[in-house]
Amino acid sequence: MLNRINFLALMILALPGCSNVPLRGTGDLGVVIERATGSIDVVETSGRSVLGKVTGLGDLSHASVNYSRDGRYAYVFGRDGGLTKVDLLEMRVVKRVMQSGNSIGGAISQDGKLVAVANYTPGGIKVFDSATLDQVADIPSLDDTGKSSKVVGLVDAPGNRFVWCLFEAGEIWVGDFKSPATPVLQKFKHIGKEPYDAMITADGRYYLAGLFGEDGLALIDLWNPEAGAKQVLNHYGKGEQKLPVFKMPHMEGWAATGSELLVPAVGRHEVLVIDENNWQEVAHIPVHGQPVFVVARPDNRQVWVNFAFPDNDTVQVIDVQSRKIVQTIHPGKAVLHMEFTPRGESIWVSARDDNKVTIYDSETFAVQGELHVDSPSGIFFTHRANRTGL
Amino acid sequence: MLSNSVVYAAPAMPDAARRAELIRMVRNDCGSCHGIRLTGGLGLSLTPEALREKPDSALVATILYGRPGTPMPPWQGFMSEPEAEWIVENLKLGFPNVKSH
Ligand code: HEC
Repeated sequence: MLNRINFLALMILALPGCSNVPLRGTGDLGVVIERATGSIDVVETSGRSVLGKVTGLGDLSHASVNYSRDGRYAYVFGRDGGLTKVDLLEMRVVKRVMQSGNSIGGAISQDGKLVAVANYTPGGIKVFDSATLDQVADIPSLDDTGKSSKVVGLVDAPGNRFVWCLFEAGEIWVGDFKSPATPVLQKFKHIGKEPYDAMITADGRYYLAGLFGEDGLALIDLWNPEAGAKQVLNHYGKGEQKLPVFKMPHMEGWAATGSELLVPAVGRHEVLVIDENNWQEVAHIPVHGQPVFVVARPDNRQVWVNFAFPDNDTVQVIDVQSRKIVQTIHPGKAVLHMEFTPRGESIWVSARDDNKVTIYDSETFAVQGELHVDSPSGIFFTHRANRTGL
Repeated sequence: MLSNSVVYAAPAMPDAARRAELIRMVRNDCGSCHGIRLTGGLGLSLTPEALREKPDSALVATILYGRPGTPMPPWQGFMSEPEAEWIVENLKLGFPNVKSH
């Protein structure tokens, strides 16, 4: 009898929604990409733990993640063209679409209703309803001669716009998606040779594309688009022998410190300091290898830098005011990514070939924790949900 | 005797430990441009279908010396010529996966 009552009580407790998810917010959640196995670990930064794993996400070798504005859903963009919507609370795949043969990343619109994906083959962007993942727009990246380009550097911008680059054509396109089915395109041509990645400043005003095919950066002031694209830092590196690049530097997370930008040099062991007022290089800081990510701590006082093969076992920390390296650490083999907690007291660092994520105190550099993750690459926390360009 | 001459004709094979390193390098470090599945990205597809028609020597040279004017960097500082040949041979057969731990 007693047993039966207990059993009934359990049934009733288990019934609502048939799910055992305790109530919780999403502000301290995130995901770590497991590059080799096509899965992601759902993590939380308060207790520094792995909550669970979601599998079956395809080729995640260059995966990136955007978040729904409520921080509950992660949109994971895989190399194989897969776009997967993952529920972080229930830790399951909500929906997965194979939207192209080969993609590189995505963006979520200002209003949170649209998810755009940048594709290599066939080149272009596709835009999806963020709730259903139904396609709402398809914009091939054909230049005037009808040739298709790889799309890189896709970001969101204020005004429900997306901005992206055409690698081969050397163009930047701005798409206004206020009416998603009939987007209005603005094309900037001859912006420079082979833009390979781009970023938008946190205020959504400046879009900067790194150029692989020549020196310099292409810049668009989105407050004054009629002024066109201009090339800045043109003379950087002219006449000097360039080192081969073993991994393309990333522009996302470029450290914007208010008046200065700290950016990775292409093919050089340097971080460049650029004055945001006149877009001139004001200094270059020698570092340990070819920088890949240069990320600012949320207070902008220090930036953390990781490096391309073969220097990818090292991370350096630069003090912005003095432009000096204040710390060099060795988090493990093949450091691929670094992500600060929302207010920056800690930083999570992935070391792919050591199968671990190490958590550091961002002030003392003491190790606060270590998580075992299979072949970890990107780390993405949910506070990205509320940031332009992330 | 016969088997001896076969061994002599073949390029010096990287040993098992080095092969494991090369596999990891191709999947990961080459994969950052060519895709972990080597189906292409910023770099071209390196699948057997994509490479079938291309001469080994040209592919080996591309790996060792890179392609100036493109993002493909030279890898000669990190591998020998026989190792590059071993990579090309295996790309054409379908490249092995990293053994999971
Ligand atoms: C920084 C990016 C990058 C990395 C890293 C990289 N590649 Fe490449 N690779 C390219 C690009 C881009 C091309 C195409 C060049 C062109 O346009 O002709 C290419 C071309 C090639 C080709 C010629 C393919 C063909 O069909 O002609 C081979 C073979 C190749 N890469 C092998 C490798 C191997 C092996 C590695 C690692 C040891 C590697 N690549 C690492 C960017 C890269």
